[in-house]
Amino acid sequence: MSDNRRISFRNPADESFSTKLILVALTLVFLAFFLFLPLVSVFYEAFREGWVTYEEALLEPDAWAAIQLTLTVAAIAVPLNLVFGLAASWAIAKFEFKGKAFLITLIDLPFSISPVISGLVYVLLFGSGSLLGPFLKSYGIEILFAVPGIVLATVFVTFPFVARELIPLMQEQGTGDEEAALSLGASGWQTFWYVTLPNIKWGLLYGVLLCNARAMGEFGAVSVVSGRIRGLTNTMPLHVEILYNEYNMVAAFAVASLLALLALVTLALKTFLELRFGAGAAGGRH
Amino acid sequence: MEVKINNIRKEFDRFAALNDVSLNIASGELIALLGPSGSGKTTLLRLIAGLDFPTAGQIFFGEEDASRHSVQERNVGFVFQHYALFRHMTVAQNIGFGLKVRPSASRPPKSEIKKRVSDLLDMVQLSGLENRYPNQLSGGQRQRVALARAMAIEPRILLLDEPFGALDAKVRKELRRWLREFHDRTGHTTVFVTHDQEEALELADRVVVMSQGKIEQVGSADDVYDRPQSPFVFSFIGESSHLPVEVKNGTVLFQGEPIGISEKTDAAGDLFFRPEDVVLTDEKDALFGKVTACRRLAGTRIAEIDIANNGHDPFHVEVEVPLHAPVELGSEARFRPTRWKIFNK
Repeated sequence: MSDNRRISFRNPADESFSTKLILVALTLVFLAFFLFLPLVSVFYEAFREGWVTYEEALLEPDAWAAIQLTLTVAAIAVPLNLVFGLAASWAIAKFEFKGKAFLITLIDLPFSISPVISGLVYVLLFGSGSLLGPFLKSYGIEILFAVPGIVLATVFVTFPFVARELIPLMQEQGTGDEEAALSLGASGWQTFWYVTLPNIKWGLLYGVLLCNARAMGEFGAVSVVSGRIRGLTNTMPLHVEILYNEYNMVAAFAVASLLALLALVTLALKTFLELRFGAGAAGGRH
Repeated sequence: MEVKINNIRKEFDRFAALNDVSLNIASGELIALLGPSGSGKTTLLRLIAGLDFPTAGQIFFGEEDASRHSVQERNVGFVFQHYALFRHMTVAQNIGFGLKVRPSASRPPKSEIKKRVSDLLDMVQLSGLENRYPNQLSGGQRQRVALARAMAIEPRILLLDEPFGALDAKVRKELRRWLREFHDRTGHTTVFVTHDQEEALELADRVVVMSQGKIEQVGSADDVYDRPQSPFVFSFIGESSHLPVEVKNGTVLFQGEPIGISEKTDAAGDLFFRPEDVVLTDEKDALFGKVTACRRLAGTRIAEIDIANNGHDPFHVEVEVPLHAPVELGSEARFRPTRWKIFNK
């Protein structure tokens, strides 16, 4: 009674080989065309005239100023949003209060508003025709077309990232660990430092990475408030556009390649965190 | 440490989770708060710990008004239902946490903490697992780490929220016995919350039966089982049946007919009795009904009997009968309670 016919059972959810091939091929073609090709072309254009030209383009005073400004803005905006995001998600996840749903909606606001509008809001608030603008100017404080305006716009655009990452994580974790720490005699700060923070550190780092990537790459809102004064209020994305409009391709792509590099580093870090951290926690919604 | 709970009331959004609850706990006692979910037992435990604050009333630890103090100041050991172990710390770090976070004046030196941790691990029989993380432990081991962590701060009282709730039946029984021994050895005043009456009756010196934010009865296992003081306690603890009766001239009447038992005072109320406190009889004055089901229970049988109710839904009672008694499905059974209690309406 031996039956040597080979019966192959297929997983009901499985597809035939050709279907798989077509699906994979489609994805690859799409990725190659829309992602890989542009990325390669950025680096290709940047290095077309050699490493020396590339280096010169980056060290050119205006480009260097743009790089410095971008780093400065990110260095201010990201820590601010780290603190804000932590505070907001702590409040939302660990306490019950009225208007919570409304607060969550408010935190999401920058995602739903066009960045240009976000920038315009600050022009209306601090412009020469506004109440605040001339008042602050009389004390010698420049907001618009200066670094403070760029920082404000960047903070506004990037503030959901950390909070959005932490809220679901902290809600899932609940308050049990904190209560345990308190019952063991820990103070509020000790509880935060030894228990809450370690529990969310990977999610927090992930949120900060996303926030940083966006802070450095933000164009719309910053473009409205910056005034684009070369060497003074030009960030990297703005500088790329200016160079491009001046047909200075190599320089434009050189600066662009730096931004792209930053994106790649972020992506690599994110992947590393996900591996380290398990699939669940780093997989935020944005 | 003696604990006095005076007229505690706790409201959540106007809903009274606890209503005028008072309780005295003697030093060194092992007390169970027993009740169905929503009875307020966990709320009471959290109030004692200081994890919640009462709307009204006071809690005394000895002579000291603990309700004025925060959870940190109360120095209580709290074991959470799902343990709440710090997942990023090792077993040793978890247990030493309460000592590490002390202000520098009262913090023991590192070597001392290490020694205390290893003593505690010994005590909960987990030596050798110092460097494990909580997710590398079984449920029962986590429970014991949580207990050791709570004991590390030398608490004045020990509070446990459903300590065996998340464990499987076998580990549950082992840990139950182990906790009793642990308590007898350390002598801490201990309060634990449970919805499992077997656990409460077996483990506790006294059981506090709670329902709907109130204490129904406080007493030893014998008290609450043999002398229940309210219809709730009678039906919540153990098995029981009840029937509406009247008492006239000392005779208990069911549906106007005598059933062969007597009471001292006349009344109208519910007659409660347990399945095992019943005797089969041939006498005329008795309860009788149709046997609808019979199930074997260890050395005896439980007969389910429907007593006719003038065309309404029949009264359903359960009685224990000897294995060889002539009680058969569909036949009529006559019986009398031998021990009972009538609660007035």
